[in-house]
Amino acid sequence: MVEIRVAGIDIGSRTTKLVLLEEGKLSEFQIVDTGLNPLTRSKELLSGHRVDRIVATGYGRHLARTHFADNVITEIKAHAQGAHFLFPQCRTIIDVGGQDSKVIRIDENGLVEDFEMNDRCAAGTGRFLEIMAKTLSFKMEEFGDQAMKTKRSANISSTCTVFSESEVVSLIAGGEDRKSIALGVHQAIVHRLSAMVDKIGLKEDIVFAGGVAKNRCIASILEKRIGAKLCIPKEPQIVGALGAALTEKT
Amino acid sequence: MPHSLIFWLRQSRCVDCIDLLREEASLSNYEEMWKKLGLDLTRHDELLESLEGTYESIIASQRNRPKTMAYFDESVSVAHCARVKELVDRKSKGEKVIGTFCIYVPEEVILAAGATPVALCGGTQFSIPYAEAMLPRDICPLIKSTLGLGLGRMCPYLPVVDMAVGETTCDGKKKTWEILATMVPMHVMEVPHKKEQIDRELWSKEVRLMKDKMEAVTHREITFDTLKQGVGTVNRKREALTQLHDLRKGPVLPISGKDALLVTQLALLDDSERFAGKVEKLNEELEERAKKKVEVFPPEAKRILVAGCPMVVSNWKIHHLVETSGAAVVCDETCTGFRYYANSVEENAADLDELLENVADRYLKVNCSCFTPNQERVDDVIDLAKKYSVDGVIQYVLQYCHGYNIEAVKMEHALKKAGIPILKLETDYSEEDIGPLRTRIEAFLERLD
Repeated sequence: MVEIRVAGIDIGSRTTKLVLLEEGKLSEFQIVDTGLNPLTRSKELLSGHRVDRIVATGYGRHLARTHFADNVITEIKAHAQGAHFLFPQCRTIIDVGGQDSKVIRIDENGLVEDFEMNDRCAAGTGRFLEIMAKTLSFKMEEFGDQAMKTKRSANISSTCTVFSESEVVSLIAGGEDRKSIALGVHQAIVHRLSAMVDKIGLKEDIVFAGGVAKNRCIASILEKRIGAKLCIPKEPQIVGALGAALTEKT
Repeated sequence: MPHSLIFWLRQSRCVDCIDLLREEASLSNYEEMWKKLGLDLTRHDELLESLEGTYESIIASQRNRPKTMAYFDESVSVAHCARVKELVDRKSKGEKVIGTFCIYVPEEVILAAGATPVALCGGTQFSIPYAEAMLPRDICPLIKSTLGLGLGRMCPYLPVVDMAVGETTCDGKKKTWEILATMVPMHVMEVPHKKEQIDRELWSKEVRLMKDKMEAVTHREITFDTLKQGVGTVNRKREALTQLHDLRKGPVLPISGKDALLVTQLALLDDSERFAGKVEKLNEELEERAKKKVEVFPPEAKRILVAGCPMVVSNWKIHHLVETSGAAVVCDETCTGFRYYANSVEENAADLDELLENVADRYLKVNCSCFTPNQERVDDVIDLAKKYSVDGVIQYVLQYCHGYNIEAVKMEHALKKAGIPILKLETDYSEEDIGPLRTRIEAFLERLD
């Protein structure tokens, strides 16, 4: 029996992503803020579409299973499946979301071999960028581009987001150029990611996913750091939801 | 009157404990007892309430449990009242109670002196803040929990023991005995770091020193006969547990990993002879269940071996996460598992000296990461993984534990080489990381599909 319309829903702590598969092909997707009520938001998202099966992933997946999802998988498996579908040569995934980051090693069939997650510390996640952008009075959408406008970076030495924010404030007060501080912030986040990347080890092709993958500055610094090209999906935020939907494919 | 106690006692279905229920009238005597022991009654009551909640949601809520588990449920519910009273009554007859914190400490020698061994290790998050008021935060949760129970005056066992026997296994414990010594008389055994000839000689001497200490504190001589009796008792307990855990090797699982863990945790707390008898009864029921194919997990449930640090009573965190994610824990290579019950003491001996040597020998076979290079433990885990037909191994490391954290590296290499999937989890006693742990465990189980 072939499922006609499968919905994959990735309920994150900041954003909820919906992907619709029709006969194995991506037909639509949507990204909304999760807000304070993930259940309500998910139902709202789904209500606009006719779906036969729903697979949920992300931090809100168990809630989804209780109320409407037919199946749940972890965001690890979801990203593995999604990245494999988009880039069949993918063997490593670096996913940096709003509040977590992960590195996943997969095999030629998109099956997970190993993974490393950071979901306890804001440093190395989108949150870090958000806080610093605000402190530097940059909009998130322009933060990466602004950082790329300078070649000189101001070093951020703190590992903790809270202390880094204080450091940034001091640098601003000391008259340091905002763009240089921005570049320093971007280098700091890549530095945090490197530790996780080193633990798993890299094997090409390497896919860069998650909201942070939209930031060209991060992508550029990361590529230099790992010494390899990154494959970045057109819509890096929906890789998890896509992967979830794909697991129902027959 | 702590309502939690009444709740537990009323929950009891254990026929052997009907007498205890009749003693409901004397529940108020327990408050007197706790007061006499110097406990902070408010904190103690809060501790019991939190334990009751944990027990209900994690242990008691399981389906299709063996009927004979009722005794072990009862043991937990009376741990702070009737069991403590039992020890207090023994003390009034001149018997001593000796606290321990580690499975390297020979129970046989304590029993040979006519004393009762009881483990003082903490398994609850509740007492940790009391230790964090004194110790740095970056220390093993087990150590903090244990110390906190004493500092917070929430544990009835600490004031009951006549002496506690510590050991120089890890740095954290070694230095904590210095603080604990201000609260209770302490004897510290020097456990060697290696298993060469000089280390064996040291350990042999340490066992004899401990024997002398036990004689001094109990005012009783340890003879060949009394030690032989002690050895027999603990061997019986180990054999009963070995049989219990053997019954988890087959495709039909008659008992959950949580329940098997609970029973093993209680081995360090209960009266040895009584406990052994109850485990033997449990084993009879489990054999019947296995024959009749009464299983607590479906055959397709993934089989997991947990290797690493000990899990003390009320710490069922990892087993709970694994067993509510559709998998079963079938083996524990921990101090509250295989390392506790494996290997008996050789009972054949010509005299007391030889028997003491046999005791020392047996204990040096325990392969904790406090020893180096400890290749034997890696071999044990691979061997157990095969014997229990596991689908994967979870390395359980208590937060900040250097020994098990670093040993985890070579364990991972060896298991990968043997083709056995492995996941390492470093965690504490709190609820904070339940979500992240669950994600990792579920992702690991997805890999095993």
